[in-house]
Amino acid sequence: MWEYTDRVMDHFRNPRNVGMIDKPDGVGEVGSLACGDALKLMFKLDKGGRIVDVKFQTFGCASAIASSSALTEIIKGMTLEEAQKVTNQDIARYLGGLPEQKMHCSVMGQEALDAAIENYRTGKTDKKILAGKVVCNCFGVTEEEIERVVRENGLSTVEQVTNYTKAGGGCGKCKDDIAQIIERVRVERLAAERKAGGQAAPRRLTVIEKIRLIEQTIDREIRPLLKNDGGDIELIDVEGNCVKVALRGMCAGCQVAKFTLKDVVEVKLREFVASDLVVEEVKE
Amino acid sequence: MKTVYLDNNATTAIAPEVREAMEPFFRDMWGNPSSMHTFGGQVRKHIEQARQQVAALINADPSEIIFTSCGTESDNAAIRGAAEVIGPRVNVITSRVEHPAVLGPCRYLSERGHRAFEVGVDAAGQIDQVQLGEFLREGSAVVSLMWANNETGVVFPIAEISGMVKAAGGIFHTDAVQAVGKLITDVRAVPVDMLSLSGHKLHAPKGIGALYIRKGTRVKPFMLGGHQEDNRRAGTENVPYIVGLGVACELARAHRADEFVRMATLRDRLQSGLLASCPDTRVNGDVHHRLPNTLNISFEFIEGESILYMLSDVGIAASSGSACTSGSLEPSHVLRAMGVPFTAVHGSVRFSLSRYTTEADVDYVLAKIPPIVSRLRAISPFVRKQ
Repeated sequence: MWEYTDRVMDHFRNPRNVGMIDKPDGVGEVGSLACGDALKLMFKLDKGGRIVDVKFQTFGCASAIASSSALTEIIKGMTLEEAQKVTNQDIARYLGGLPEQKMHCSVMGQEALDAAIENYRTGKTDKKILAGKVVCNCFGVTEEEIERVVRENGLSTVEQVTNYTKAGGGCGKCKDDIAQIIERVRVERLAAERKAGGQAAPRRLTVIEKIRLIEQTIDREIRPLLKNDGGDIELIDVEGNCVKVALRGMCAGCQVAKFTLKDVVEVKLREFVASDLVVEEVKE
Repeated sequence: MKTVYLDNNATTAIAPEVREAMEPFFRDMWGNPSSMHTFGGQVRKHIEQARQQVAALINADPSEIIFTSCGTESDNAAIRGAAEVIGPRVNVITSRVEHPAVLGPCRYLSERGHRAFEVGVDAAGQIDQVQLGEFLREGSAVVSLMWANNETGVVFPIAEISGMVKAAGGIFHTDAVQAVGKLITDVRAVPVDMLSLSGHKLHAPKGIGALYIRKGTRVKPFMLGGHQEDNRRAGTENVPYIVGLGVACELARAHRADEFVRMATLRDRLQSGLLASCPDTRVNGDVHHRLPNTLNISFEFIEGESILYMLSDVGIAASSGSACTSGSLEPSHVLRAMGVPFTAVHGSVRFSLSRYTTEADVDYVLAKIPPIVSRLRAISPFVRKQ
């Protein structure tokens, strides 16, 4: 059994806003029977342009039904401009979180909403706007969709992309392509950050923000590299601009640990957190 | 709340008789059966008694039974052990609907220079004997084909296909983990060389299995490093579990005369009841050659995980071939190999009974399912408009 939150189970057992609307203003449909989940979303606007009624129908697992239900509750009363800003993370957060492998259910909600708004604005009723190249043929996932979830959710591995979009979860032939997209988004993000940094001094981080960012950088950027060589790292303390870490596993006592510390850990932390950080190893 | 456990192809309840028989071996009789003193010596004879009980259930000679840790170990030991004896390059033939415990080792061998062949099945899940014949003509082979399928309950014509393999000079192994205890599995009546069985599918605990190896069959041992099991499986014997498996086999043998019919009657009651009460529902697999305890049924337009959670809410345990329940994104490879449409695969539910299943259990399920199905269909965008 999956570890669903009580909120997910509540929205699964008692889904809100199930059904159809007579003469809706916008209709969006995503997914298919073959994919294993599908969502049909429709809304009606009031005179002020706010979503006055929204209904859904879903074929899928417990988290797909709960995500659809949550989405309708979130967007009710919003203008389309507001609704368009709703992300899959908002849906997951509303439900108190989803298991990683089920994040694609929240992405499906966001896509159906986009399709419904597109339908309202242009009258197009394409089940899915296949913009760009299809990367995953098993589940019909495009390059554009993958780029978007990678960017909006800060994904860094192929496995995460599969959890969020299903791409790569079938025959697996597209895994290299997905890895390339992840790398491309990463490089773009870095370039954008550098550019922003050059133009205006970044806002000073609070101590808590800084520690969080350091942890995040260790988790996402540094630990995976060390794990490749059977090592690991633990954050011990942060004092001013000095980051104290302990090396674990194969890294502990490794001859080249000194270089790892400077060339990998410090370089990454400077790149992602602040350029004046110094890394120090704590030996126990 | 009433609970109805209909997931016996996944695992079964431990029979009280089995639990009782095992108890002394956790308390007083903890000796090592290989020891030269009474602590150990008194234990050895219980292992040999268990061996006789297991052998009796499949009509083998006790010397042809070795104890393993599980069905998966038995499958690995048989397939890899036989391939290693024949040589560096052999043909390994299996089917597309096998359990991962068989597909895994076969694919492993194919990555190491052996040639692997996977025989297809028809829409009813029955093996393509013509294709099997073609593969057998490719040269001598190790062949592993299941006696009965865990997902659909479909029973392969083991006598015929093992005969084909022997006539072609191959070695024949069958994964009978689902068949033993639910069908007559007589190794004197069919020319199988090796057969795997598992304790927890027949009311013994998890962690114990057995492998039947016909006298004269050459197999390299899988576990090395000890003289146990006549040098065929190293490692100190798991005495309490071996004793438990023996008693479980004895019980299965004692009950089989009436249980096969009783379970099939209950299963058929469940099947016809569901088909009558739920429209757009289909049974998967060959209903004429099927385990007496298994029903695989698809509810169109709705998804298996949702069905299972709703069933669980009313105390019913079953399983599904849908992608969402498999832990991967791919739905059941068995149903896909049979060409069952995606729509039906995602909505497939397996009910598997045991000798503890009662008529009241089945009636409870029959009462609870129709409202669940219509509730989920009311949410689904695919339901045909009335």
